[in-house]
Amino acid sequence: MNRFDWLPGFITLLAEERVAILHSDPILLAPAHCLHLDAEDWGRAARVASASGYRWAGLWGDPVDEQVRIYAVLAHEGDYLVLMTEVPLQAPVLASHTPYFPAADRLERHLHDLLGVDFQDHPDARRWTRHCAWPEDVYPLRSDFPVGGDSPKRAPADVDYPFERILGNGVYEIPVGPVHAGIIEPGHFRFQAVGEQVLRLEARLGYTHKGIEKIAVGRDASGLARLAGRVSGDSTVAHAWAACMAMERAAGVDVPPRALHLRALLAECERIANHLGDIGGICNDVGFAFAHQQFGRLREQWLRGNLAIFGHRLLMDVIVPGGVCRDLPEQWESIIKPQLSTLSRALDDLLAIIDDHSSLEDRLVDTGFLTAELAQMLGVTGYVGKASGQDFDVRRDHGYAPYDGLEVHSPCRTQGDVAARLQIRADEIRDSLNLINRLIQSLPAGPIAVDWPQSVRSSEGLAVVEGWRGEITSFVRFDEDGRVARFFPRDPSWFSLPALEHLVLGNIVPDFPVCNKSVNISYSGQDL
Amino acid sequence: MQKILRKIWQTGTLTEAPPAADEIEALGKEVKRIIDQRLGGSLAIRQVDTGSCNACELEIHALGNPYYDIARFGIHFVASPRHADLLLVTGPVSRHMETALRRTWRAMANPRFVIASGDCACNGGEFGSNYATCGGVSRVIPVDLHLPGCPPTPNDLMRGILTLMRKEQPQ
Ligand code: SF4
Repeated sequence: MNRFDWLPGFITLLAEERVAILHSDPILLAPAHCLHLDAEDWGRAARVASASGYRWAGLWGDPVDEQVRIYAVLAHEGDYLVLMTEVPLQAPVLASHTPYFPAADRLERHLHDLLGVDFQDHPDARRWTRHCAWPEDVYPLRSDFPVGGDSPKRAPADVDYPFERILGNGVYEIPVGPVHAGIIEPGHFRFQAVGEQVLRLEARLGYTHKGIEKIAVGRDASGLARLAGRVSGDSTVAHAWAACMAMERAAGVDVPPRALHLRALLAECERIANHLGDIGGICNDVGFAFAHQQFGRLREQWLRGNLAIFGHRLLMDVIVPGGVCRDLPEQWESIIKPQLSTLSRALDDLLAIIDDHSSLEDRLVDTGFLTAELAQMLGVTGYVGKASGQDFDVRRDHGYAPYDGLEVHSPCRTQGDVAARLQIRADEIRDSLNLINRLIQSLPAGPIAVDWPQSVRSSEGLAVVEGWRGEITSFVRFDEDGRVARFFPRDPSWFSLPALEHLVLGNIVPDFPVCNKSVNISYSGQDL
Repeated sequence: MQKILRKIWQTGTLTEAPPAADEIEALGKEVKRIIDQRLGGSLAIRQVDTGSCNACELEIHALGNPYYDIARFGIHFVASPRHADLLLVTGPVSRHMETALRRTWRAMANPRFVIASGDCACNGGEFGSNYATCGGVSRVIPVDLHLPGCPPTPNDLMRGILTLMRKEQPQ
């Protein structure tokens, strides 16, 4: 399969719909392909893309002088196509993609709240990221908005967000959050239920919004890498890698092969640690304490290995622009090899027990069912997508280094329930163990980083990586002084949260925690 | 069931004396004594994430795994601030969580302790103070102990809690 064989066909379809392509650019955001469109044609292009079955994978805006550049990412067959257009900052009005791609809903609302882009025909006019920390008619990402903000008063609680309600006999509402009963990130869930059955769930996030896109502006490359590593702490490797890859593409920096291998090693270690924690967490949410303790134990051992090998339990700040900041310690083989074999033996035992346990099966099978159609429509990737028939993995299908030189296996199941999401995690742990084995066997010698170039001119780059949660896209633009002018990391959680709102329907309220854990979205990753 | 029992038997007991054993053992005994004396035998913690990157929570979770098993010191996490002696706060305090944090703190009975856990909670960390963050917990509620780290490891957290328990009075 050649890259972009489908693109000429798509361009023909666009032409038939009278969509004018101002410029077709394979270089600007390579390996993604960029189509510069007239703002007038924005909605029509989405309609054609939707009819062609493409996946909608992200949106951001970039204020440049008196214009706002808008980018939307489409994915198809492992290729990424970026639609791009410009609207005047004074009247930034554009057709919404949401009528054609439901996945676009919250990203468009986010862009409206932060940059003031007005998406016409958007079916939901409510704010999303904005609560009460800044007024309705000002937009933090505009250059005239001070980083420190201009409303010094205490921000009141966001009490008048208009949740949709279901009325009728016996329907009641359960509000949960932002401060939860457990140790989890703050968000608000509004359930409408009858008896124990969930009729509707609406999530409201934004509580962890901390101005990441704004405070990225003006940073140097290493400052951005540190920030990216804190977009979502459990995905610190994936986000740092994505941001560094975007910066390296923008600046034309070639990362040495050894550094790429080490990055992949880090990414697989991160995947394993999180999946271990999640499998334990899912079992815990249905009262199977044995597995919770066992997987907690395995995770802790794994984190201690991380510390011994990479100097940080959660692997923060190891990936830096140009490579990685530390090489493997001398005795790494004697640490990592026993780790791999211990984990793989323990998994065999424990997964067999999980498989055999009928009361667990009772709770997990058929719970939180997400159809393949919905998964596709919502653009879900990662374990949520893979458990619902979305056979896609950036490492395998888009092939970035060093994965392009390794045969990456990616699991896919069609059951779409909590049990399948647990199984996918187990499958992925095994695949990652396997990958780690191959990575260390083929570890190239040589430097672990190159110096970051002194003079980086205006440029932009887009990177896509497979984080443990799924596909992450990261966009960076440098200004003429080589400082960051725009950073937008798109976590997979943008798409798995709407999936959660659907898959919980018809389930009983007490099964929400396990449904939630099986999806495990990052609030921080999507609130930014 | 047999398999489960066999696995439990094979795994054995993992709980360990906290590292830097001497210092922590001493503190551990002392904290237990203070908890017994002042808090009726247990320390109840309510954790609030005020915009952390979520890594701080991962390490707080780890306190419950078989290696640390913090419950053996009489320390446990509770669902409501009404039941809590200690508020363990992470994150730079996003302005969207500012009021929720204050309300949670106000819901606690006296005496109440507050730990600002992690660089973000101490001073805003990587996010500092900006239009969307307050830049640290002490800008919103009184803090008894600042615990740096990004994130503080389970050992750091245990040390912090023990140090706090030694303090005479909450703020
Ligand atoms: S202190 Fe570090 S780990 Fe904790 S929330 Fe802040 S950035 Fe994340």
